Amino acid sequence: MKARVHVMLKNGVLDPQGEAVRHALGSLGFDGVEGVRQGKVIELDLADGTSEDTVKDMCEKLLANTVIESYTIELN
Amino acid sequence: MKAAVIVFPGSNCDRDLAVAFERAGANVSMVWHKDTHLPDDIDIVGIPGGFSFGDYLRCGAIAANSPICRSVVKHAEKGGYVLGICNGFQVLTETGLLPGALMRNANLKFICKQVGLRVATADSAFTTGYAKGQEITVPVAHHDGNYNAEPDLLARLQSEDRIAFTYTDNPNGSVADIAGVLSENRRVLGMMPHPERAVDESHGGTDGSAMFRGLVDQLATA
Repeated sequence: MKARVHVMLKNGVLDPQGEAVRHALGSLGFDGVEGVRQGKVIELDLADGTSEDTVKDMCEKLLANTVIESYTIELN
Repeated sequence: MKAAVIVFPGSNCDRDLAVAFERAGANVSMVWHKDTHLPDDIDIVGIPGGFSFGDYLRCGAIAANSPICRSVVKHAEKGGYVLGICNGFQVLTETGLLPGALMRNANLKFICKQVGLRVATADSAFTTGYAKGQEITVPVAHHDGNYNAEPDLLARLQSEDRIAFTYTDNPNGSVADIAGVLSENRRVLGMMPHPERAVDESHGGTDGSAMFRGLVDQLATA
């Protein structure tokens, strides 16, 4: 089985990289881009039967820094 | 006074930190990240600057979960001293020994230059060699030194006098110009600037020496 973890800066935490991307899109002529947030996606190959709680534990302990980041988990 | 300096793959200020401690009179052991125990009777652990584990995932995140860091956390929980500089500060926030987080510099650039710092408190073994309000010059060299603290945490750090150093001219966007913070028991300090790179005239200044001399004086008599 696979899990896909999305890690994003929490709302309210300024994302300077996202802002730089937004400005770059503006300078390419893409109008109306009001916000860009940049995060990361981590794909995990897991033993069948691994529980969502285990993946959550991985996120809390290592994959995300929950002081500034939030995460979502997709299992498939 | 006995100091241990932790060495991770990618550390690059470990020897500078060891020299700074030695010059101040400390006895220094280098400790590899895969070791599970610190040497006996260590007074202070130094976590050096660099790019531990290539800054993969997040700066300091992999190092914070290395075998030796479990011992460093235990050492701190028993009231031991820890000094984390630059990547070492990032490691300390990742272990949870210090609050807050270090994010990408606000201008997105790697900043490598001398900066002015103000000593915000002299009430710690790290800063006892300085006067409160004193201005010193120490280099910074980092890409992720933008200290982030929620308003509640910032208020607590201020009311508990736990901000050790502030920038006189904020280079990286840190909240409240914070360059270094202390733990609740004032025995763990994390800071982005490099005092160990300012301990010899050939470094361009010696404003960092007072930190190491102060630590050795305080901990040798403890």
